[in-house]
Amino acid sequence: MSETKSPVLEVRNVSLGFGGVRALTDVSFEVRQGELFSIIGPNGAGKTSMLNCISGRYRPSSGRVLLDGRDVTPLTPNVRATLGLGRTFQNLALFGHMSVLDNIMVGRHHLLRNNALTGALYWLGGARREELAHRRKVEDIIDFLEIAHIRKAVAGTLPYGLRKRVELARAMAVEPRVILLDEPMAGMNLEEKEDMARYIVDLNEEWGMTVIMIEHDMGVVMDISHRVMVLEFGRKIAEGLPDEVMNDERVKVAYLGVDDDEEQVA
Amino acid sequence: MISSSLIPCGQFKTSYARDTTIFLTPASRNFCILGLVVAMAAPWVLSNYLISLLIQIGFFGIAALGLNILVGCTGQISLGHAAFFGFGAFASAWLNNIFGIPVLLAIPLAGVMTTLLGLLFGIPAGRLKGLYLAIATFASQFILEDFFSRANWFTGGSSGAMAGPINLLGYEVSGDRAFFYVVLAFVVVMFLLGTNLLRTRDGRAFVAVRDHYLSAEVMGINLTKYRILSFGISSFYAGVGGALYGHYLGYVSAEGFTILLSIQFLGMIIIGGMGSVMGTLMGTAFMVLLPEATEAAVSTIKHVIGDIPAVTSALAYIKEAAIGLAIVLFLIFEPDGLVHRWRLIKSYWKLYPFSY
Repeated sequence: MSETKSPVLEVRNVSLGFGGVRALTDVSFEVRQGELFSIIGPNGAGKTSMLNCISGRYRPSSGRVLLDGRDVTPLTPNVRATLGLGRTFQNLALFGHMSVLDNIMVGRHHLLRNNALTGALYWLGGARREELAHRRKVEDIIDFLEIAHIRKAVAGTLPYGLRKRVELARAMAVEPRVILLDEPMAGMNLEEKEDMARYIVDLNEEWGMTVIMIEHDMGVVMDISHRVMVLEFGRKIAEGLPDEVMNDERVKVAYLGVDDDEEQVA
Repeated sequence: MISSSLIPCGQFKTSYARDTTIFLTPASRNFCILGLVVAMAAPWVLSNYLISLLIQIGFFGIAALGLNILVGCTGQISLGHAAFFGFGAFASAWLNNIFGIPVLLAIPLAGVMTTLLGLLFGIPAGRLKGLYLAIATFASQFILEDFFSRANWFTGGSSGAMAGPINLLGYEVSGDRAFFYVVLAFVVVMFLLGTNLLRTRDGRAFVAVRDHYLSAEVMGINLTKYRILSFGISSFYAGVGGALYGHYLGYVSAEGFTILLSIQFLGMIIIGGMGSVMGTLMGTAFMVLLPEATEAAVSTIKHVIGDIPAVTSALAYIKEAAIGLAIVLFLIFEPDGLVHRWRLIKSYWKLYPFSY
């Protein structure tokens, strides 16, 4: 990625506390247009809290979040979605009783214009034409993620790997400029991980979405990320190209712990 | 919400338009049209008494559909539906009596008035959930009941209000047979509107709010707006149903709209199937016909064993208890309601006679 591209998302000095617990302390970073940016760190490092601050689920105690240079810190998650922010969840969060198709159509919510009245009149107010046009778009996503065979299935009945894919489809349907993926490969087998990694690279390169991803599988992260940020105990300890981060002393310590001998020396 | 496994084989959709029809198959659409034709013929065949039951199913069904959109689809709870039903009845009578608005116009206008009231009483839903919301709606039931008995200008107070008959192109719609067609027309229109609502943007938003409100919000859905809107739409249906009820009886009094009726509305949608449009009608029919059926059973028993006072008085309570018992049994054995049972029956016959 070229350095000249402007940052699409900026996080400035974000801190987040729950009572006495500091989940995040003074974290700042920038994600540039078209980047595939990963956040890694040990369990409890504050990765998901960071994502929640970006998507609006949590409001930071201090600091700001900027999307396209616009301060979105005071905005609710639904407003941020309309500004081009999509996300998936670590624990599955599909609409369990709806069909896969309807789940993905919900992602189009802010792009559709029909309301309760024109929707109820369906044939008269143009709602039908609009719904069908958006169905067309949703089918493109269904094709891309290869879930055509389950489009009419009830989401709650699907196996885990497919649900993860449907959730990605739903987030894509929002047509976000920045898509936040919270452990998209957790609990998957190798084959499913390979598929998912391919989808993520494609949606970054072909669909032009800026991706911010949390993932524990180091192999995948180092393979596909453009840049990586490492959090530990709510603080940023490293940021840079995958290779740089891999060789960073503090990262090694955070992940592997300190050898007893070294500790004595230090 | 309909599982694809229930669609018969040989259904190949070649356009998105065909894939978004109300009925999954042409056969089920034709059956529905046939059912409508049969219903049109009903007044020529059935007795006045049975027609009056069908009319009841009609206006209660419209109101129950509203509650189902609120409770079944959006996952909210309302213990005050009967009060909105009553408000619609009073509003329509008031519009007709005071402003001389023709009844057929007053009925939808009463629906709109009830919508505004529902939006107002729905505001707590933006903040409250579950039991707390139940109590808030419980309060709205009592506030409105009190309003009915005190607002003489609007409801006629304790003496009630007269609701004029329907005039259609100069002809007065009198008698159950004629009124039946009016109710039938309203049922068809209201159920079509409801079905359309649930297959478009805002209907999906309702279900999304019910199934997972956190991710619904991340998808760009304003939770507060949709929770309150759901109350408004539910009240619109209650208002129209109530208005029909008022003009059917010709007289509206506050005693009819108690918490008991609210619970009965909940019973209708639980028995019929939460979140199902067709189930609403099934559940309403069940709730309206159940007391009649138990009544018939009780009188048969009386006829057989003779009129023993102790037994007769005990039997009198069966009618009351039957509704409660039905709700409990459905919650235990068929929580998805009659509509689920109906789907099971359909899927059983799907492969007949080659069930393997």
